[in-house]
Amino acid sequence: MIDEGLRNELSRQGVVTTTMEELYNWGRKNSLWPLQFGLACCAIEMIATSMARFDIARFGAEVFRPSPRQADLMIVAGTVTKKMAPQIVRLYNQMPEPKYVIAMGVCAISGGPFKEGYNVLKGIDRYIPVDVHIPGCPPRPEALLQALMTLQEKIDHQHLTGEKRARHLDAAAPGEFPIPEFGKHDLEPPNNPALWQPPPMMRTE
Amino acid sequence: METLEQLKTRIEAAAPGAQVDIVPNGCPASQPSLLLDGGHARAVAQFLRDDPTLAFDYASNVTGVDWPEKTIKEKIKVKKTVEGVEKEVEEVCERKTPAYLEAVYHLYSMARKHGPLILRLRTENRADRVALPSLTPVWRSCEFQEREIFDLYGIVFEGHPDLRRLLMWPEFTDHPMRKDYVEADDYEYEPTPHEEVLAKARKHYPGGTPA
Repeated sequence: MIDEGLRNELSRQGVVTTTMEELYNWGRKNSLWPLQFGLACCAIEMIATSMARFDIARFGAEVFRPSPRQADLMIVAGTVTKKMAPQIVRLYNQMPEPKYVIAMGVCAISGGPFKEGYNVLKGIDRYIPVDVHIPGCPPRPEALLQALMTLQEKIDHQHLTGEKRARHLDAAAPGEFPIPEFGKHDLEPPNNPALWQPPPMMRTE
Repeated sequence: METLEQLKTRIEAAAPGAQVDIVPNGCPASQPSLLLDGGHARAVAQFLRDDPTLAFDYASNVTGVDWPEKTIKEKIKVKKTVEGVEKEVEEVCERKTPAYLEAVYHLYSMARKHGPLILRLRTENRADRVALPSLTPVWRSCEFQEREIFDLYGIVFEGHPDLRRLLMWPEFTDHPMRKDYVEADDYEYEPTPHEEVLAKARKHYPGGTPA
């Protein structure tokens, strides 16, 4: 690694130094192409985020792709019903690596106001790994931009090699997850235990 | 529009053998409705649509109601001879309401600008004899709503052109809007806990919940 002082001195003289890792992460974080799909009212805020007033293009993420094969980012915008959940997991599996997921709104996080409903999945993180959760019902466009910036920061700190390398560079880490099946009473399995466990309860006194 | 009593006599004349009952409604809206028998419901519906003075050409809403069996305790005064003297004595008597599923149709007339007329159809019970005639052949707008009732309440509409589940997946076997529906154990805790949710949370967290 180049010394930080030398690097500053060089940049003052007009010489840019970088590493492969920085260049790779810089390129990826500034061209996150989201998958174009919406599930409920959160999708309206997502659309608003892509329009001129909030302008997600400032972050290089305006290229909503209608095909999972061309997308890097899945914004789960809205309530995931149990009938829709297998399709969401299938779309995620069809996306090429590296891929990221933002769970937008309380429904996508936990079922939200429909948590006691018979037909609503209680959080998409029961089937696919989620990178950023945005609370809100629905979250404002600023919140989605904040989530995008959080994700960019996360990408910026990913490593190409070593123990802590990014998931998509780890051959042992799964990139596809089992698609739940329609059962007689519920989805089967109701969650992916390898990915999700019930959160521990903590007493705050 | 004519009164329900007048309508009842006219229906009984138009569809011979049809049994029509007027169901009173005790709530402030006090909208009484017509209870039809399953055998003649299609003929009555046809009459309501095609009669020029009624012209109910629009079924705006179809919904289901689940009435499980329920025991009602009532106090009634009975005349009894106690020790040679006739007295009025209060007795508690129990009676059971019948269990059935109900489909409720709300009809309007676009041509005559009147409505709503409310029709009720009741199944024989809520277990195995749950068939009712479909009114989709009379009012096309009933199609999806009858499918929804089939999905959520389990009423089988005979004569429906395409009776499949509307909201839940085809492999699903329950009827979620029935009173005795047992929901899947698919969440552990809810941030606004109350009795049932707390009992559920206790099962998932034997060590205790924060609430």
